[in-house]
Amino acid sequence: MDKEMVIKADKLTKRFGDFTAVDAVSFDVAKGEIFGFLGANGAGKTTAMRMLCGLSKPTSGEASVAGFDVFRYPEKIKKNIGYMSQKFSLYEDLTIKENIEFYGGIYGLTNKQIKDKGTELIDMLDLQAEANKLVRGLPLGWKQKLAFSVAIIHEPKIVFLDEPTGGVDPANRKQFWELIYETADKGITIFVTTHYLDEAEYCDRVSIMVDGKISALDTPSGLKKTYNAKDMNEVFFQLARNATRSGD
Amino acid sequence: MKQFINFIKKEFYHVLRDPKSLLMLFGVPIAQIVLFGFALTNEIKNSNIVIVDNAMDNASQKLIYEIRASKYFNVGQIFMNPDQMDAAFKTGKVKLALVIPKDFDNDLQHLHTAQVQIIADASDPNTATTLTNYMTSIISDYQNQLWQDGGLPYSILTQQRILYNPELAGAPNFVPGVVAMVLLLICVLMTSVSIVREKEMGTLEVLLVSPFNPFLVIFSKMVPYIVVSLINLTIILILSVYLLDLPFKGNLLLLYGESSIFIVCGLSLGLLISTLTDTQQTAMNTSFLLTMLPTMLLSGYLFPIENMPLFLRILSNIIPAKWFYIIIKSVMLKGLGIKYIWRETLILSGMTVFFLTVSLRNFKIRLQ
Repeated sequence: MDKEMVIKADKLTKRFGDFTAVDAVSFDVAKGEIFGFLGANGAGKTTAMRMLCGLSKPTSGEASVAGFDVFRYPEKIKKNIGYMSQKFSLYEDLTIKENIEFYGGIYGLTNKQIKDKGTELIDMLDLQAEANKLVRGLPLGWKQKLAFSVAIIHEPKIVFLDEPTGGVDPANRKQFWELIYETADKGITIFVTTHYLDEAEYCDRVSIMVDGKISALDTPSGLKKTYNAKDMNEVFFQLARNATRSGD
Repeated sequence: MKQFINFIKKEFYHVLRDPKSLLMLFGVPIAQIVLFGFALTNEIKNSNIVIVDNAMDNASQKLIYEIRASKYFNVGQIFMNPDQMDAAFKTGKVKLALVIPKDFDNDLQHLHTAQVQIIADASDPNTATTLTNYMTSIISDYQNQLWQDGGLPYSILTQQRILYNPELAGAPNFVPGVVAMVLLLICVLMTSVSIVREKEMGTLEVLLVSPFNPFLVIFSKMVPYIVVSLINLTIILILSVYLLDLPFKGNLLLLYGESSIFIVCGLSLGLLISTLTDTQQTAMNTSFLLTMLPTMLLSGYLFPIENMPLFLRILSNIIPAKWFYIIIKSVMLKGLGIKYIWRETLILSGMTVFFLTVSLRNFKIRLQ
């Protein structure tokens, strides 16, 4: 592949005592790609993602994110990534504007940048009327979109989304994915974990983790072909059937 | 630096926008001061007493005059015989009686010593003790006066020989205890809950993924509570001086310095609890069980440590609030300098360093 690889993982492993949460996983993610990270609960996807975000040190293996080694430069990685957790990453008792100012400030944006980006973001999401209202009062779907927009306010190279659409209705999920596409078009790489299998279809490539290992990695259509399945659901069940770890 | 200010601003929004926190932070200290200052006072004023004056002489008249002048007692009747006194006690309205023997003046003049008897209604033992103490102190005042007037050592022996205990004197003694409790409430409870809240909301993870240093995250979360603690300390001091008429005797700077050590100690405990718990509810309960409760019971604030069984006396030594309580009492009420409390200060500082190290280490491990 001649594309620029922004995430490289080689035999990345994380052990907690005797338990190997992530077992020698290897993969590359290209710039601007939407990379789906699937797996049942407890398969190790969150642990793998935490290692790539610099939240957790790998036990062994190698990985680089945005060109920086996860062992040596976790701080540099942090400057180049955005992150949105499965719960909201916004403060409910702060207004939309205050949330933007806070996160912008945390990522070291100047006041002018925060102001410009903030206005742009509020306009894009059509939230002008709500800008000075507390986030608490927003509908769930809006909160999610806002949280995502705030997570990329500093224009990171990669954004990590940890089950971003949990608890959101299908219509809002679809809108959310439209936002993800727009972002990917700007060249921001999307690394998304999900357990909604229909969402896997939206990704450029999907990796499926079972028991800490990556048991399949391909485009959704490639996976369906290999496993002779009509949708991602079937692919997933064929792979997960042999899982020994139960969900948590 | 700008990030840091930004963060602190956000923390203040959290505090100021949550009516429950505000009530906790500012309502509780004021309520405690007012409650302890007025409602729960153990200073007893205007108690009805009777005097059995068997002497009816110059000295006894003067003594009765002194007692009448005091704000603590309401002298009812002056009786001639003890039966009348018994009857008065039985009505329950009289809390204390003073019996002056025959030849009171004569004994004083010639023997330079005389005896009086104080009889107290001990159905309420605390009131009885306090009133007896008041009476004893009035009598010893009178005795000192005689001494000065006559130049000769007179002594009036009271039969009730309970040493004057300044701890019983009045409400202001609660103030140091309230200070300790309030600082703990803010530093341990509020801090641990506010960190765990971010954990619960998922925002802590986002902060840790950001380039902002994790230790600065924690530190900025502490700053508002340090500020609020110091404001509260000031409120308590102002209230106790202007509302409770508590004379502030010590060095203000020393008091704030010692309080700062205690504040850091509390914050470290708060951080430690926040790394060990995952929900606000558990954080709150843990804070209460591990810090507030032992502080109330074992710091000497509500119950004197001297009266406790050996095991609890030993246990009380590991409660930081015990040492802080001793320090702040010495500074505020006795006006003592660092020379007298360096030992306690050293112990408190040691504990602070210990808890700070343990909690930061624990926090670091959690990050991995």
